[in-house]
Amino acid sequence: MNTSIKILIVDDFATMRRILKNILKQIGFKNLLEADDGTTALDALEKNDIDLVISDWNMPKMTGLELLKSVRASKKYAKTPFLMVTAEAQKQNVIEAVQAGVSNYVVKPFTAEAISDKLKKILK
Amino acid sequence: MDAKLINPFINATLHVLETMAFIKVRPGKPYLKKDMVAKGDVTGVIGLTGVANGTISVTFQEKCILAIVSNMLGEKMEHLNGDIADAVGELTNMVSGQARKELEELGRIFKAAIPSVIMGRSHSIAHYTNGPRIAIPFFTDDGEFTIEVCFER
Repeated sequence: MNTSIKILIVDDFATMRRILKNILKQIGFKNLLEADDGTTALDALEKNDIDLVISDWNMPKMTGLELLKSVRASKKYAKTPFLMVTAEAQKQNVIEAVQAGVSNYVVKPFTAEAISDKLKKILK
Repeated sequence: MDAKLINPFINATLHVLETMAFIKVRPGKPYLKKDMVAKGDVTGVIGLTGVANGTISVTFQEKCILAIVSNMLGEKMEHLNGDIADAVGELTNMVSGQARKELEELGRIFKAAIPSVIMGRSHSIAHYTNGPRIAIPFFTDDGEFTIEVCFER
């Protein structure tokens, strides 16, 4: 797994961004950017070259699903890996995310191993 | 209130705390809560809509939430502050999500709002409906916390 890639972490809760950053740093990733909702994430995507997006679903202003659809509609990020990490665990949520082009899906609460395993799958 | 609505919240709470904070939690006996006064120092509240409308709240004693968030973040938390409020919001969100997943398996679909957090001694918890408030106490080695579930009659 290439740990020099640039990762954007999107979650409205700073606690969750910190937990994800801790896990990603333990794996070896160093280039980590943060956004607290979908609109801020779009700004970060425009200003940077992001290799992987990890996003929550349920956020104010713009949800993770709306962010995913915007990302997939853009030329630059149409094929960029996108991991949804969310408490939204109902079947319909997963179906909607898959239809919108999500690369993989992790349900909160999660272990560090679950995040690591999903990243290995989508970054191989 | 249908007892089948309560168990998913107990199961979700145990799962969330054990997975994210590595804390063993012992649930107590649910009871009907008559007043609005919180049983702790910080509360997360989230509205649910679907086959029934209501709210759930999670109220932590100070010592208990400081221990939980310290474990979640891997650093010692010593005071109630914005970081703790943020963590309580996320914990409430996760309990809601896990409980809704189990409720879906029972054929009951709910959607959740974004949680809000109240902090301070003896604060009040305003549930959005006037249904019965079922309180479930939980015990940890570092103090107690209480879940309240309130759905419309």
